[in-house]
Amino acid sequence: MIVADRKPIEDIKEMLTPYKKILMVGCGTCVSVCMAGGEKEVGVLASELRMIDKMENKNWEITETTIQRQCEREYIEPLEEKFKEADIVLSMACGVGVQYMVEVFPEKIVLPALNTTFYGTTVSEGEWEERCAGCGECVLHLTLGVCPVARCSKGLYNGPCGGTDMGKCEVSKELDCAWYLIHNRMKDLGKIEMMGTFIKPRSWKQSLNGGPRKRVREDLKK
Amino acid sequence: MKGGSNLEKILTKGEFAVTGELGPPKGNDVEAVKKKAGMLKGYVDAVNITDNQTAVVRMSSISASAICLQEGLEPVMQMVCRDRNRIAMQSDIFGATALGISNMLCLSGDHQNFGNQANGKNVFDIDSIQLINTVKRLRDEKKLLDSDEEIEGEVKMFIGAAANPFAEPYEYRPYRLKKKVEAGVDFIQTQCIYDMKMFKEWMKVVRDLGLHEKCYILAGVTPLKSGGMTKYMANNVPGIIIPDEIIKRMTSAPKGEGAKEGIKLCCEQIQELREIEGVHGIHLMAIEWEHRAGEIVEQAGLLPRPKVD
Repeated sequence: MIVADRKPIEDIKEMLTPYKKILMVGCGTCVSVCMAGGEKEVGVLASELRMIDKMENKNWEITETTIQRQCEREYIEPLEEKFKEADIVLSMACGVGVQYMVEVFPEKIVLPALNTTFYGTTVSEGEWEERCAGCGECVLHLTLGVCPVARCSKGLYNGPCGGTDMGKCEVSKELDCAWYLIHNRMKDLGKIEMMGTFIKPRSWKQSLNGGPRKRVREDLKK
Repeated sequence: MKGGSNLEKILTKGEFAVTGELGPPKGNDVEAVKKKAGMLKGYVDAVNITDNQTAVVRMSSISASAICLQEGLEPVMQMVCRDRNRIAMQSDIFGATALGISNMLCLSGDHQNFGNQANGKNVFDIDSIQLINTVKRLRDEKKLLDSDEEIEGEVKMFIGAAANPFAEPYEYRPYRLKKKVEAGVDFIQTQCIYDMKMFKEWMKVVRDLGLHEKCYILAGVTPLKSGGMTKYMANNVPGIIIPDEIIKRMTSAPKGEGAKEGIKLCCEQIQELREIEGVHGIHLMAIEWEHRAGEIVEQAGLLPRPKVD
């Protein structure tokens, strides 16, 4: 899923200050699962904003709603009336949702309430970790299912740097060294010779470095 | 000859090599580079010029290397993968060889989190092993990465890299060196060695793999300046292991005698390293202690440095 973090309340307050009628839109998919921008989080943020409104006389009128997905037109379009009534829309989706709502309703300004952080998973209750960098050229078959692009702080393709310490990354004791994990998996699965394979410099064209990416399937186009 | 450098000639001749380390200033103070170069000249065969080590902004490695050349001290230009993409790297290698630089060390680079530009974006377009291979291609095939167009001129470079026998996973470390050898490395410098037993075990695997015959191995040594520094390094520097007996020896040195004890210990380590089969020299990292490097080399019996041509 796409993992996100709510922006600090001070930042949200500052963004909303010039406006009166605020429409808050939650998203029921990824950010709901990672508890950053689902229905519940919309409710929590709305309460915080109403408290600020009371204490600082902001004259805010806050409307809350949550749709299934902010990255699909069919879920956004039914919001037409609510959009019309609002001065400003505060999206609690990832960056894709914010932008797609703008594309569906270009006459409105949509503000982001979240910082979109990574593609990841829930590793334990209240803890999420990055697993994929969306780099466009998957090497998980070469590294036995541990991604060096997303999980090595230096994105190294050919083994651990000299900074591995007790299996942890030199950047933080909280981070596992991805290559330490890869090495141990290869060893455990009887494929240690894979550690010796030289991975040549890749092309970053498939990544963001080739410009914004687009996927087309001619057979599905109408 | 691959790079035609003094260092390469010394190693090819079978002499025991000595390389040093020079950290460029945190600014453009030419005199600071010249001063350090003066302290090392005549005591080392070549000197590593660090490339923004610990991710702290300093004078560029290529410029400080060029200044050292003017001062008559041969540089080993370090290049890290953190700050440059493949365009900048290859361009800088052209530039470096044009200025007469003929040794380089290919490194991943310390993460920018450690330095004074922690908010910066890193590059890591290619990694250190891919960099080794890229320089080899420029030199031997006269071609850029991913291109069959022939380059103009010749890239004469003696290609170096680092190896750390003291970082996990330990059993993999000799094989990581093998990978570097296969990518085209000519010489390697190791992380500072304090745990001699562990280093000897690493060297044994290196010899079993025949790597000591395919590249020159310079054993890394760093003199300990005091008991405090010893404890700090043991506890805070990733990838460095200092055995308890060394910590004890350094911390129990009489007040004011720490430096003397550290140098004595360093010379003993050098003697021990010289006797290990497959060790072709030492890499003396006297960090911010360039003025003591000569004394260490002398006490270790490594003077005068051989003249080759």
